[in-house]
Amino acid sequence: MPDRVTLFINGKPISVPVGSIVAAAVARSYPSCFHHSVHQETRSPLCGMGACFECCVTINGSPHRRSCLTLCEEGMEVLTGA
Amino acid sequence: MNPTFDIIIVGAGIVGAACAAECARAGLKVLVLDRGPVAGGTTGAGMGHIVVMDDSEAQFALTRYSRRLWHELRPDLPASAEYDQCGTLWVAADEQEMAEVRRKEKYYNQRGVRAEVLDARAVAAAEPNLRRNLAGGLRVVDDGVIYPPCAARYLIESAIAWKAQLRTGADVRALLREGGVVMADGSRFSAGIVVNAAGPWSPALIPGLPVRKRKGHLVITDRYPGQIHHQIIELGYLKSAHSVGTDSVAFNVQCRKTGQILIGSSRQYNEEGTEINHEILERMLQRAFEYMPGLAKLTVTRCWTGHRAATPDKLPLIGPVPDNEKIWLATGHEGLGITTSLATGKLLTDLLLERPTEISAEPYAPARLLQTNESAPEPCLTA
Repeated sequence: MPDRVTLFINGKPISVPVGSIVAAAVARSYPSCFHHSVHQETRSPLCGMGACFECCVTINGSPHRRSCLTLCEEGMEVLTGA
Repeated sequence: MNPTFDIIIVGAGIVGAACAAECARAGLKVLVLDRGPVAGGTTGAGMGHIVVMDDSEAQFALTRYSRRLWHELRPDLPASAEYDQCGTLWVAADEQEMAEVRRKEKYYNQRGVRAEVLDARAVAAAEPNLRRNLAGGLRVVDDGVIYPPCAARYLIESAIAWKAQLRTGADVRALLREGGVVMADGSRFSAGIVVNAAGPWSPALIPGLPVRKRKGHLVITDRYPGQIHHQIIELGYLKSAHSVGTDSVAFNVQCRKTGQILIGSSRQYNEEGTEINHEILERMLQRAFEYMPGLAKLTVTRCWTGHRAATPDKLPLIGPVPDNEKIWLATGHEGLGITTSLATGKLLTDLLLERPTEISAEPYAPARLLQTNESAPEPCLTA
């Protein structure tokens, strides 16, 4: 079993250890923000445990997924800044 | 001694707010009291329908009149009120419901309300996320949605601009037969007339008032712009709204300006608490998924409950109570209070000032449901 997976964050490949959460992978790719609030403010993770919804990103075309609760998978496509 | 106020309105929901705005505009000295904040009860918990409904001629007359008043007010509404003239799409699941669609189309158009029949293909084109095997639908073109708390706040602010006073956190305990109210702390305000606009809580001030709490659940999703374009209601909603005694659910969705989708609806009597009933919530969502399967994939951010103020004949109570011309009612709007608030404010003010009303106020007169003596309001003063 491989010990690393490769996923794509805003189209750019990134390799992370198996078991990494998407929020960690996104943070390592230094995006300007994870998503925008209803008033178009930039937002990034706060609680890290699924309660604050500030870490939401689009995963495999599905918007508003909490990246802190999602494990990285091989070939996963993540978009930030929605 | 002259009373301090011409009129005291108990309840700062959208109905109380509309009454306050209209009375204050007419030059009356108005005080609005609410134990919570503005729009903290039914108004803040509900969807924001601006719809014409034809349950009865009287309901049609009131909703048509009030929808027109919303159209007239529209240029003055702040952006936060999120008024969106998205139209209502009533969806028909089968031929039986299509017969109802054709009846409604005729009824509405004969009375000057634009409505158009859509066949199955036109419904699919109008709302691609609805399931495919629907029979068709009815589009009521000039209906809309609004964000009720901000609409109520705007009406209260209009009233204040016309010199009305507002006190929130002001718990009214009793109405005085001689005109006025007693507060929880024992203090009193005197007024020529008191209007009970406390919605589902109005019977607490007038024991025996035929207004019952009818609980509803709502769910709101994260932002999915473009998922729906109209407010969409299943025709079965009418069966749900009419059923008495049994719990019922019906598919009803609305889109907020943010792209968030409100998913309803449920109706339950004898559920006084505000807690979520998971069994009916499940039924409500399953009903929604039947009509719009893609909803099941969306992220929900919150669900909550509220209570409608239901009367036995589905019409509100607007006007004085029998036997005491100092106590008036503006309550019992059930699921249509956002739509009918403005007409309620106009009718109440016209009746108060003995001006001609634009539509007959007779069908909404409290006397139709309140017996004299027996259920006449007694001031329930504590010792």
